[in-house]
Amino acid sequence: MTSEETPVGTLPGTGALLDVRDLSTRFDSPRGAVRAVSNVSLSLERGQTLGIVGESGSGKSVLSRTIMGLLPRSTASVTGEIIFEGEDISGFSDDQYRQFWGTEMAMIFQDPMTALNPVMKIGKQITESLRRHMGMDRTTAHDTAVELLRSVRIPEPAKRFDVYPHQLSGGMRQRVVIAVALACGPRLLLADEPTTALDVTIQAQILDLLEDQQRERYMAMILVTHDLGVVAGRAHKIAVMYAGRIVESAPTRKLFADMKMPYTEALMSAIPRLDAPPHTKLSAIRGRPPQLVNPGPGCAFAPRCPYARDLCSEERPVLRPVEDDPDHLFACHYPVDSAESIEIKDHLRAEQMVAEAAGGGDSDGW
Amino acid sequence: MGLLRRLLQLIVTVVAVTFFSALLLQLLPGDPVEVLAPFSSEEQRDVIREDLGLDDPFVVRYAGWLGGFVTGDMGNYYTVSSKRPVSDRVADALPISLQLMIYSQLISLAFAIPVGVYAAARKGRIFDKFSNATAFAMLAIPNFALALLLQYFLGVKWQLFPTSGYTKITEDPSMHFQQMVLPCVTLAVGQFAVYMRLLRSDMIATLQQDFILLAKSKGMSSRRILFRHALRPSSLTLLTVAGLSVGTLIGGALIVEVLFQIPGMGLMLAEAIATRQMVAFQSLIAIVAILYVLVNFGVDLLYSALDPRIRHDRTR
Repeated sequence: MTSEETPVGTLPGTGALLDVRDLSTRFDSPRGAVRAVSNVSLSLERGQTLGIVGESGSGKSVLSRTIMGLLPRSTASVTGEIIFEGEDISGFSDDQYRQFWGTEMAMIFQDPMTALNPVMKIGKQITESLRRHMGMDRTTAHDTAVELLRSVRIPEPAKRFDVYPHQLSGGMRQRVVIAVALACGPRLLLADEPTTALDVTIQAQILDLLEDQQRERYMAMILVTHDLGVVAGRAHKIAVMYAGRIVESAPTRKLFADMKMPYTEALMSAIPRLDAPPHTKLSAIRGRPPQLVNPGPGCAFAPRCPYARDLCSEERPVLRPVEDDPDHLFACHYPVDSAESIEIKDHLRAEQMVAEAAGGGDSDGW
Repeated sequence: MGLLRRLLQLIVTVVAVTFFSALLLQLLPGDPVEVLAPFSSEEQRDVIREDLGLDDPFVVRYAGWLGGFVTGDMGNYYTVSSKRPVSDRVADALPISLQLMIYSQLISLAFAIPVGVYAAARKGRIFDKFSNATAFAMLAIPNFALALLLQYFLGVKWQLFPTSGYTKITEDPSMHFQQMVLPCVTLAVGQFAVYMRLLRSDMIATLQQDFILLAKSKGMSSRRILFRHALRPSSLTLLTVAGLSVGTLIGGALIVEVLFQIPGMGLMLAEAIATRQMVAFQSLIAIVAILYVLVNFGVDLLYSALDPRIRHDRTR
């Protein structure tokens, strides 16, 4: 099977595989321009995984589609640079992208129930790109597709080749979507919430599968998710997005050890933990995601931030590195470990203890 | 199982259609014999009355017709000078009507599919706006006006096609097709507009789907995405409406048949009504109804060919 080797010509090279510089995506709407992605810069090495984390509406899906070049040109205006293998692809025409899609970059979508063509056999959905990009004949493409189905751990792949998507379960369909994406050996895989629509028991299987495939193929991956827990053990780097901007980014270990941005902290405390005592209330981030039309001058998270001060709603913090660590970037005036925030945190904790004592330990009481 | 239900549906449709249309015919004033044979003797009139069952009560007459129809006897068709079995006349007229129907469907679909697909793909742009405006204009023109326009310009002025008449395909294929061009185009124009609009809106919905984005992200060409990925799941409404218009095209092409002098079913039906020939009329209506139900049965089979989800629902 050819796809088990690294694709030809992708010896571990020098420099980043993907280098996004100052990328912004804007949609024109009747209410004004929607700034879905603003001034995002990020880079990704070959074979590595970047996790992009944020809640709904943070612009992470638009970002991945912008990188992929999949947004409709008529409505989305993109500025900035997307450098892939040393070449700026942001100005590519659809024809140029067509040579790129599938072979260099591929994408996995959130909902496997709608991502496959319902009236086409799944085998055919894999072979059509093999035949187009790799110039395979019918039999070779068929055999390769069966191998791909086997590699994504679909039982009895030869038989499954001829079934339609509705005959498979959600987890199986997502495996097929992965096989479709992997067919032509892309160097970069964009997985847009690949497990969100799946049963919890299937999620880990799919994530493990993606990780194995990625390692085998020495493929870079961008894993977009709203769940910090999904990327925790899998991504080399994590970028946290809020209101279309990256608000904190760092190698995974550093981010978890020393998070600076209150939003990251809030996402973190929304993950259920095994070591927490039973019936601990999961904390939710209060308020709503910000609107992206006519954003105010300050930090977009300020209205929801427990540590926000006057400065936060007046001036937007720039993305800056942590003092002795250029890899760890954050955008906050009063990071989580600043004296000001600790003061507020202590204060909040004291208040909560008082409330708990008064309410008989029932912190749920309104 | 499904077949039995179909058969029952067929019977109910045919009986209901013929019964109620016969009832309507009953309401028309005047003595049919007076219209059919104005110069005949009293004895001849009695024979005709006897044959058509005009002296029997309505229900008896209807039952008599039904009994005959089921055993293959469709009764007689009278003209001023002669009488022939309805089945003979149908054998002549039905193929003509079928040809008219099939050709016009083919023409309208042949244009509606590509235009609908591209209009959806270029939604809101020049091609889309232009084709929409054209479609509305086409819907607004009545059949007879269009027929006269086509006859005048393409037939008389530029002498491209004959303006009227019908030749059997077995006699002179070239003449047959030349003569069919104008009537079929007349019928096809309105159909085209409807089909095109339907397909366009279904295509627009389909093109929003994730699987289209997946096909795009695989690097498929836009033509392949439109015709191989999007067209099939978008064609069910189009197919339904195309099936439903079959009845109108077979029995209801009267104006076109008159204007182009084509002896089809529509013309015969109109004659039968004008001359109050209940038996012949019921037989003709019954045939159109049967064809209609059969074609729509075929449409249902096509659904499952187009969409495997329907296929597997059936077998389950």
